[in-house]
Amino acid sequence: MSKVGAVAVVGGGVGGIQAALDLADSGFKVYLIESDVSIGGVMAQLDKTFPTNDCSICILSPKLVEAARHPNIELLSFSEVKGLSGEAGNFKLKVVRKARYVDETKCTGCGLCMEKCPVKVDAEFEEGLAKRKAIYIPFPQAVPRVARIDPEHCLYLTKGKCGACKKVCPFDAVNYEDEDKELLLDVGAVIIASGFEAYDPSKLYQYHPEHPDVVTSMQFERLLNASGPTAGHVVRGSDHREPKRIGFIQCIGSRSTAEGKPYCSSVCCAYATKEAMIAVEHDPELEVYIFNIDVRVFGKSFEEFYQRAQKDYGIKYIDSRPSGVGVRDDGSLYVMYEDHESGKVKTMDLDMVVLSVGLDTNPKIYELAEALGIKLNEYGFVETKMEAPVCTSREGVYVLGAAQGPKDIPDTVAQASGAAAKAGALLAEARGTMIEVPELPPERDVSGEIPRVGVFVCHCGLNIGGVVDVPAVAEYAKTLPYVVYAKDNKYSCSSDTQELIKEAIKKYKLNRVVVAACTPRTHEPLFQNTVREAGLNPYLFEFVNIREHVSWVTRDDKEKATEKAKELVRMGVAKAVKLNPLYREKLPLNHSALVLGGGISGMTAALDLADMGFPVYLVEREGELGGNLRNITQLPDGRDPSEIYEPLIERVKSHPNITLYLNSKLVEVKGFIGNFEGKIETPEGEKIVEFGAAIVATGARELVPEGYYHYGEQENVITQLELEKRLPGINAKSVVMIQCVGARCPERTYCSRTCCMEALKNAIRIKEESPDTQVYIIYRDIRSYGFMEELYQRARELGVVFIKYDADKPPVVGKDNVSVYDRLLRSNLTLPADLIVLSVPMVAPEGAEETSLLFKVPIDVVSGFFFEAHVKLRPVDFATPGVYLCGTAQGPKNIPESLSQASAAASRAATLLSKEYIEAEGIVSCVNEDVCIGCEVCVPMCPYSAIEMREREVEVDGKKVVVKKSSINPAACTGCGTCAAACNPGAIEQRHFQNNQILAQVKAAFNFPQNGGGA
Amino acid sequence: MMAEEWEPKIVLFACNWCSYGGSDAAGVARFQQPPTTRIIRVMCSGRIDPAFVLEAFLEGADAVCVTGCHIGDCHYINGNEKTKLRYSFLERVVKELGIEPERLRLEWISASEGEKFANFVKQVTEDVKKLGPSPLKPEGVQ
Repeated sequence: MSKVGAVAVVGGGVGGIQAALDLADSGFKVYLIESDVSIGGVMAQLDKTFPTNDCSICILSPKLVEAARHPNIELLSFSEVKGLSGEAGNFKLKVVRKARYVDETKCTGCGLCMEKCPVKVDAEFEEGLAKRKAIYIPFPQAVPRVARIDPEHCLYLTKGKCGACKKVCPFDAVNYEDEDKELLLDVGAVIIASGFEAYDPSKLYQYHPEHPDVVTSMQFERLLNASGPTAGHVVRGSDHREPKRIGFIQCIGSRSTAEGKPYCSSVCCAYATKEAMIAVEHDPELEVYIFNIDVRVFGKSFEEFYQRAQKDYGIKYIDSRPSGVGVRDDGSLYVMYEDHESGKVKTMDLDMVVLSVGLDTNPKIYELAEALGIKLNEYGFVETKMEAPVCTSREGVYVLGAAQGPKDIPDTVAQASGAAAKAGALLAEARGTMIEVPELPPERDVSGEIPRVGVFVCHCGLNIGGVVDVPAVAEYAKTLPYVVYAKDNKYSCSSDTQELIKEAIKKYKLNRVVVAACTPRTHEPLFQNTVREAGLNPYLFEFVNIREHVSWVTRDDKEKATEKAKELVRMGVAKAVKLNPLYREKLPLNHSALVLGGGISGMTAALDLADMGFPVYLVEREGELGGNLRNITQLPDGRDPSEIYEPLIERVKSHPNITLYLNSKLVEVKGFIGNFEGKIETPEGEKIVEFGAAIVATGARELVPEGYYHYGEQENVITQLELEKRLPGINAKSVVMIQCVGARCPERTYCSRTCCMEALKNAIRIKEESPDTQVYIIYRDIRSYGFMEELYQRARELGVVFIKYDADKPPVVGKDNVSVYDRLLRSNLTLPADLIVLSVPMVAPEGAEETSLLFKVPIDVVSGFFFEAHVKLRPVDFATPGVYLCGTAQGPKNIPESLSQASAAASRAATLLSKEYIEAEGIVSCVNEDVCIGCEVCVPMCPYSAIEMREREVEVDGKKVVVKKSSINPAACTGCGTCAAACNPGAIEQRHFQNNQILAQVKAAFNFPQNGGGA
Repeated sequence: MMAEEWEPKIVLFACNWCSYGGSDAAGVARFQQPPTTRIIRVMCSGRIDPAFVLEAFLEGADAVCVTGCHIGDCHYINGNEKTKLRYSFLERVVKELGIEPERLRLEWISASEGEKFANFVKQVTEDVKKLGPSPLKPEGVQ
């Protein structure tokens, strides 16, 4: 039976969206099934994201729009999965589309119904801090932007009264008779992306969650947000005053057996740090205290973020976690905590308390797991194995993100692409069988035509029309040169207006279209598609923003608003008449990949790509595969590491799509995305290979801790990896482990993420083998995040002694002892030590610099690891197109994290390799060689190395001379236009933002363009 | 009848990813602004050719604003670093042309900083109102 080339992704948060986009981009049909009204998940609710404090919705929103508009993605919002039958490759998935009471095909999201609805209910999106109506769109950037009626609160549906929304809806979209509908989908694979739910602290009475000044971290996130319930002003619920002193209490619903949540939620320390920093940015006088057990900021650049929070923002971390919040008779709040400097219990008054709630399992997961027939672990997260972090207990069903265990956004996004790779490999033979290529009419050739501009001015209901005199603007547009048609529309984005625009293009032979409405950042693609459907090149369209830039910000002066709107339309028309059609150049593509590095990450990436049907060249410097895992003698679960790497090695060696080069070195790379050429030095001589994409999986190595704690001078001082080799059978009475040796220090500021677990694992091994051996772990913070908290618990049960030290009072190593100041006991201890084990960080491997030069990819100056394109949303992409990274080359990480990233890199490469050809950007820069003087100023301007100088033969005074001319590779150009601004002779033009186009706009800001010029 | 208060006209260049997003965010949050700006969108502030700025002054702009992503946040890695260099060049040229330095402005505004965008527009408008029309403004131009 042939396989089905469609995948269901269950859950439309950032992880589900990423998996859907990867699969849709590599030729699969995707059903994106979201149980809520809009996709976006928790990320849509966040104000900022750590550690860069990027605006969360700003980086998410383009992904929402992309998912909604993708021709291969069918978005099923407000739908639930009810059952799965069949087998991997050929499933039948039962889905119920819940009654929304609003017709998705008719609703334009204008919001009139929300204005008229008389019922107010606590808004879930605002965490109950604001109200919504019974008919509502959860947030402004919601996708789909379609209202939903809440049947529990709607007056018509509960009492048969009202009906205001139906009356006011201009599109007749309200349908009170709507019912649940059942669908049966044919899919080859299912990906679970159901995420998490923030822990509900309402039963933890000791923290007084009912007190108006005690909020959860999710509520605080909304308070910080400019579009949140208080417009970004942090105020207390009790008196709406700004707090002067805030305390965060960590581990609410985490690391607590009493609360039934023994695991660590992994993200709370970092998000509390972020929220604290933003709060201080809002009010520099604010005091913030974070009460914690350990500060677990283990991700890439998180430690530096935490240090900055203390140094630059004055945020205080107190390593004593209060067991409750006190409320005085006057309602004021306080906490009691142990002050480790004085050893006394102190009381601190707080104006506001933030409960840092953990990542709880999504309550819907139990029903979903039953419907899909997959196993959950004891905490209610989807069970996976260490060597298969995105595979569930059922073949063909995959998982990603917080549904599998608490994790942050980049780890979720990596797993998302990883799950997409597994589904893509399973269904490789069915790629491209279920997708439709939309048929478009041929494009009309407008060259040589005199510009005929059509202008459409939008009322946007009352959003624009309530302030700007829209018909007057349309009338004014008619007076502008080259404008042959102008009209005002109630809603320019509604589907009937799209038809009107298409008709007008045909009837009036328009060859340029201007829409004056909202922002191009969200709506430009819609109108570009519309003009394309009418047979015009999509770049013959210009957008004028008279909502965000006029009506919404000039509310009280209608006359001036109208005047400004007219001038903006004038500028838009001036640019429009100079627009040229643009084409996305099609370039040939080599469908092979090169993977650099034969550790478990490199092997996994190579195998995933090979399984998807792409030829792979795997290049390894050493004589054998397996990388660092060969230095480990036991996994945390007690198994032999060869159980992980041996099956991979066997498959790599026997896979028909993989060509393996051992003892080999990549020494030269030429070309660009889709068309690279590499030179490999192999024992058999030089080999030239051609490939379309490359994955850097060069790994990391353990720091050699020379200069630290007499390492190399004293025989009993060893590293954790050296200890591994001696286990079992070390025969010591007392072992002292020292954490953060050469990490989290001025010379190496980062946290190496895995060393705590390595120490815990080895401590447990020693204790299990010889219970009488004393094991001490001297630490700064134990960062056993996620379910690895179990290791910490197990070590304590076995009697491992933990001693917390201060970074500025490091331990002192003697011949057979270690002295240390115990920060929690406030006393100096001297511990006997037969063996002193240093936990040292992972550092970038030798040769990283060379690799960086080969592919022109950056290295993070702080850590020395490779630097990805975007810390949150593109963890395995390089900014250089066609080059990806994974595993410890990107930063320290453990086995499942490396494997997730490896599959993710394969998936990202597959989105490229599965195409027939490469399509360059339309808006790229190009060189007029006749004007270029070969000055080379443009070459270093390009951050993507897309410009090179090429030799050209020209004739000067009858003689042939070879000169240099600038040449821009359209495949690598991202269209920023920096080179065009730098080109003095004006030889470089950025298409769609040409000099004459921008200058026309500038002129039209002041003058009625008399000679608007031709195209 | 009182003469209507003079309103300056300000050409504001904004990059697609950050400051244009900031201007949108200002709208979404309804941060009211004087209607003085004429925003021209480019993909990256690194596209802003000094010639565009000078042309705007010659046409009659009372102020010209160059805006982009915060340093380190550029969508195109480091386009705004180049903007910064070109801006320092522009500052010198503008000085030589006899234009008051308050009429040329540079501001980094992220896509989420709606309030900052609105405050920036208010501030520039106020500053320019104090100065009056640009000395370079051609006759008859508003």
